[in-house]
Amino acid sequence: MAVRARRQGYEGVAVCVPVTVPYVRYSTRGAFWFLGRAVRALLETSGLRKDDIDGLTVSSFSLAPDTAVGVTQHLGLSPRWLDHLPNGGASGVMALRRAARAVQAGDASVVACVAADTNHVDSFRLMLGSFSQFARDATYPYGSGGPNALFAFITANYMARSGARREDFGRLCVDQRTNALAWGSRFFRKPLTLDEYLAARPIAEPIHLFDCVMPCAGAEAFLVMSEQRARDLGLAYATVRGTIERHNAFQDDPVMVRGGWRVDLPDLYAMAGARPADVDFLQAYDDYPVIVMMQLEGLGFCEPGEGPAFMRAHRFTHDGSFPLNTSGGQLSSGQAGAAGGFMNVNEALRQLTGQAVGRQVAGARLGLVGGYGMVTYDRCLCTGAALLGTPA
Amino acid sequence: MTMPLMRPRRKNPVLRTPQMNLPPWARGRVALGLTAAAAEGRLELQVCQDCGAVQYPPREACHACVSARLRWRAQSGAGRLLAATTLHHSNDLFFRERLPWRLGLVQLDAGATLVVHLHGDVTAPGQPVRVTARLDRAGRAVVIALPDPETPHMADDKMLREMGCDPKFRKVLVSDGKTPLGQALVRAFVAAGADIVWVGHAEPWKKLPGFDALSALPQVTLVPLDVTDGRSVAELAGEIAGKVDIVVNNAEVHRAHGIAARRGTDAARAEMDVNYFGLLRLAQEFGPALKGRSADGVAHAAAWVNLLSIYALANFPPHGTYAASKAAAHSLAQCLRAEMRPAGIRVVNVFPGPVDDEWNQNLPPPKLAPDALARAVVQALKDGLEDVYPGDVAQEWLERWREDPRVLERELAAGG
Repeated sequence: MAVRARRQGYEGVAVCVPVTVPYVRYSTRGAFWFLGRAVRALLETSGLRKDDIDGLTVSSFSLAPDTAVGVTQHLGLSPRWLDHLPNGGASGVMALRRAARAVQAGDASVVACVAADTNHVDSFRLMLGSFSQFARDATYPYGSGGPNALFAFITANYMARSGARREDFGRLCVDQRTNALAWGSRFFRKPLTLDEYLAARPIAEPIHLFDCVMPCAGAEAFLVMSEQRARDLGLAYATVRGTIERHNAFQDDPVMVRGGWRVDLPDLYAMAGARPADVDFLQAYDDYPVIVMMQLEGLGFCEPGEGPAFMRAHRFTHDGSFPLNTSGGQLSSGQAGAAGGFMNVNEALRQLTGQAVGRQVAGARLGLVGGYGMVTYDRCLCTGAALLGTPA
Repeated sequence: MTMPLMRPRRKNPVLRTPQMNLPPWARGRVALGLTAAAAEGRLELQVCQDCGAVQYPPREACHACVSARLRWRAQSGAGRLLAATTLHHSNDLFFRERLPWRLGLVQLDAGATLVVHLHGDVTAPGQPVRVTARLDRAGRAVVIALPDPETPHMADDKMLREMGCDPKFRKVLVSDGKTPLGQALVRAFVAAGADIVWVGHAEPWKKLPGFDALSALPQVTLVPLDVTDGRSVAELAGEIAGKVDIVVNNAEVHRAHGIAARRGTDAARAEMDVNYFGLLRLAQEFGPALKGRSADGVAHAAAWVNLLSIYALANFPPHGTYAASKAAAHSLAQCLRAEMRPAGIRVVNVFPGPVDDEWNQNLPPPKLAPDALARAVVQALKDGLEDVYPGDVAQEWLERWREDPRVLERELAAGG
């Protein structure tokens, strides 16, 4: 094992001003429109001027042929630090982590982390076939089901290995719907019962309708700056207690049974001086329920293969024994492209800054965000995690 | 277990004939290596020449040692099923029209994990499978997993039938039934379960051995067809083109001589008129009809077979003018393939070595028996191949041609 320099902590960094541009099923607007609305909301909520933003990260799948630099001219920004992070479900954690380092190093003082995607009628189909070279060559010509078929393999394999039943995934979906209704989701207005979950039509067995997220348009954004700056601006903020990322881990596993968190997990908790038992809530990336199960196992809340027992032992509502995806997650709000990978960060910020109206986790002081993204062929490549806390 | 395919019911002439929507055909240049091998019936994957790692999906650098020295190499395809799913939803019209559709995740013994189209008889994770590459309706290679060992009626599997052009329950036109090869083809299609075999005969007054027995077969219908006569081709097309599912063009004139051995151009002109213009006339009359019926039920129009010659690749001077006419036909067949592809009709080009018939009397063995060639054609249709090189001579020529066509040309000029 190569000797690795001990990684430095993230002291002094504030993450704040979670904003959401309301999701719509379809939009005739382009990605720039949603990016613009998000940046405008950041400015209005923070009281900053546009010129105060000197760092920018952009996460979007529908921005092509542009990248982040095109956003600077489109919105008239002039950052001295820029990053383009279209990494799906890991986008939020990766943006936060990079922005935090930029602020610590003095490369930027206020970083806007923005994720936005539009969704036209038929644009989802067009994206699937061109998502990656491997997707074009080796998955899209096989049924063209998009990620459903791949997660069907992963879910079926997980169920066979761990003994998980559909009810175990269903319990999570039901509780997330309860969370969504607690504050008022745009798309879902009725509770989901376990019977409805089990009776839903099959999409790609064992994946059924309520295991899938609905593609939609929308945006999420937040700001990263020093704690001092946030205090001067009078902004409620969360601190970064630790954060990790890992890509293409365990590449010899013939089928994905785990994400890459376990490789770096000791670092994550050591940075924070905390244990999994200290975590008050988890905002996990939830494109499919099995992915949440893998985060519970990968982030240290239970051992590999024990996800089903954990599911049976807990309630996941905001007032339950293990508050999880307290805004309802993507399963109950839709997936606005790369913005879906920011939802977890923003909900953690709202919980830690007392803005989680109707769904506040009582006494929340330490929250964990799980990021999981980018199926270029048969598995998610990007994993990340961030422990966020209330200021000391 | 696969249920044997039942004879399709007669088509209701009032109903609209469904049109073809091809499966996704976009592939990167590197990935087309899979298609090139699948066209000849082989599963080839990239293998790193430095470390031996097998690669999938196709790529530009080895995932194990980052070498760029990747070569396409034949694979056994042995593996086991990791997981299976049945799609009930698809974003693509081709699959949407064929739901439910089964897919599998397979680990090859050679190491790679593959997303595959899954045969109906592969059901349980851990089950051994044989992965092979097939051309799909878009003419692009896909990997499919078959049960290992084979199962009864496995060729009738819905997915597998989409990947091939199985003659079972299909209606076939053989353009010349008079030659030994023509007769062998008719018998082979009848044996393969073809519904109707229309057999062209250009000169009805000629009585040839075996022809009476052939025409007595219940599946066989003799039809007048002279491919040198545009009107004859058009009249037959007017009668049956809307029903033919597989066209097999084996009509040919073969005279054994080069340039100096015979004066004038009459024989060479006759070769061109049948071997090249005959194909053109047939394709103009029957091609559009085939394209219009390429999604017409379980026995839809499927394929066009050209009996070419290995001499189409390189001129064999003792049969020089014949070779030239076959080279012309090969070039035209490439054009036909391009024009048929948007409809999902497969153009199968067959490049046999010398057939054991009267026009090759003076050639030494090995020569290809007409029955063996006919069986190779039917098997190629079942396996969905595009390019077929039957017989030892054809295989050897192909290998030499691939190594260096200029060397082969000089060897042939020197006598073989």
